[in-house]
Amino acid sequence: MPRIGVVTFPGSLDDRDAQRAIRRADGEPVALWHADHDLQDVEAIVLPGGFSYGDYLRPGAIAAVSPIMTEVVAAANRGLPVLGICNGFQVLVESHLLPGGLIRNAHQQFIRRDQKLIVENADTAWTHRFQPGEEIVIPLKNGDGGYIANDETLKYLEGEGLVAFRYAGVNPNGSLNDIAGLTNERGNVVGLMPHPEHAVEAGFGPDTPDAMRSGIDGLRFFESAVEALVARAA
Amino acid sequence: MPTIVVDVMPKAELLDPQGKATTGALARLGHAKFENVRIGKRFEFQVAGEVTDAVLAEVRQVADDILSNGVIEDVVAISVDGVQVSADAPAADAPAADAPAADAPAADALAGEAR
Repeated sequence: MPRIGVVTFPGSLDDRDAQRAIRRADGEPVALWHADHDLQDVEAIVLPGGFSYGDYLRPGAIAAVSPIMTEVVAAANRGLPVLGICNGFQVLVESHLLPGGLIRNAHQQFIRRDQKLIVENADTAWTHRFQPGEEIVIPLKNGDGGYIANDETLKYLEGEGLVAFRYAGVNPNGSLNDIAGLTNERGNVVGLMPHPEHAVEAGFGPDTPDAMRSGIDGLRFFESAVEALVARAA
Repeated sequence: MPTIVVDVMPKAELLDPQGKATTGALARLGHAKFENVRIGKRFEFQVAGEVTDAVLAEVRQVADDILSNGVIEDVVAISVDGVQVSADAPAADAPAADAPAADAPAADALAGEAR
């Protein structure tokens, strides 16, 4: 069973949800601690949502320079799959593993909604169980989700197909080009504002046309990683 | 102990939602003459001993790498005990055309505040 680390920072909220999502995808979650340098030989890493270090300075900024992130950045640069969710996405951009930045939502309000997304890049470590262009729904909940980057960076992201997810139906926070999530050129690092780990079990996910709270589109993020790691080990 | 002040502002070309909301509030309160509010951050910290060129270089590095995120923000001013120094390293190859001049009124304001 692939061992997937979940980093807990002071202020992380969704670390245990991420661990649970990994378990439901037949992976073995491994709790990692921000102050350690030890990645415990995990084969993939999730940076969970929350408000690391109180979001002081900038969201994700202090977490990005925590001891464990030195190792996460090095591992990501070696090709280890890394998924950053919400605050984890903010940590990824502050660590320069993904380009651009995230600022306060354009309307100034914290938002929580079940969000429609288009899967733009289904060729990454965390998205290959999706179809390109597929529409999925997972929860979104954040205050600082406005994605921004300069024109040159946007052109690069669009040109190289590095936009992994785009908001559909409504742009909830003013993100440029409706960007909800990104990947890197290697496809091992993925970051997004919405929360796949909150849509992994029927009864607790977003509503679908079939039944209330039956949405489990988030599960395939974790299944993608587990499947690739199992295939590699075989 | 010398006090160092670093001023960070959101990049001019990017939307500043906090500033925009504040501009709206001012207008509602009858102060529509004040436009384009932008909200930045001011960091104050102290350093033991003399602020040598090496210390100043370290301040600039900290300002660029940690106190600000160059993607969304600019370091607009650095001062030591109220005296403004260039926010750009003297040997930096990046053009500093829009860096505030050392004798800008802002420097005097900072000096007054620091004491």
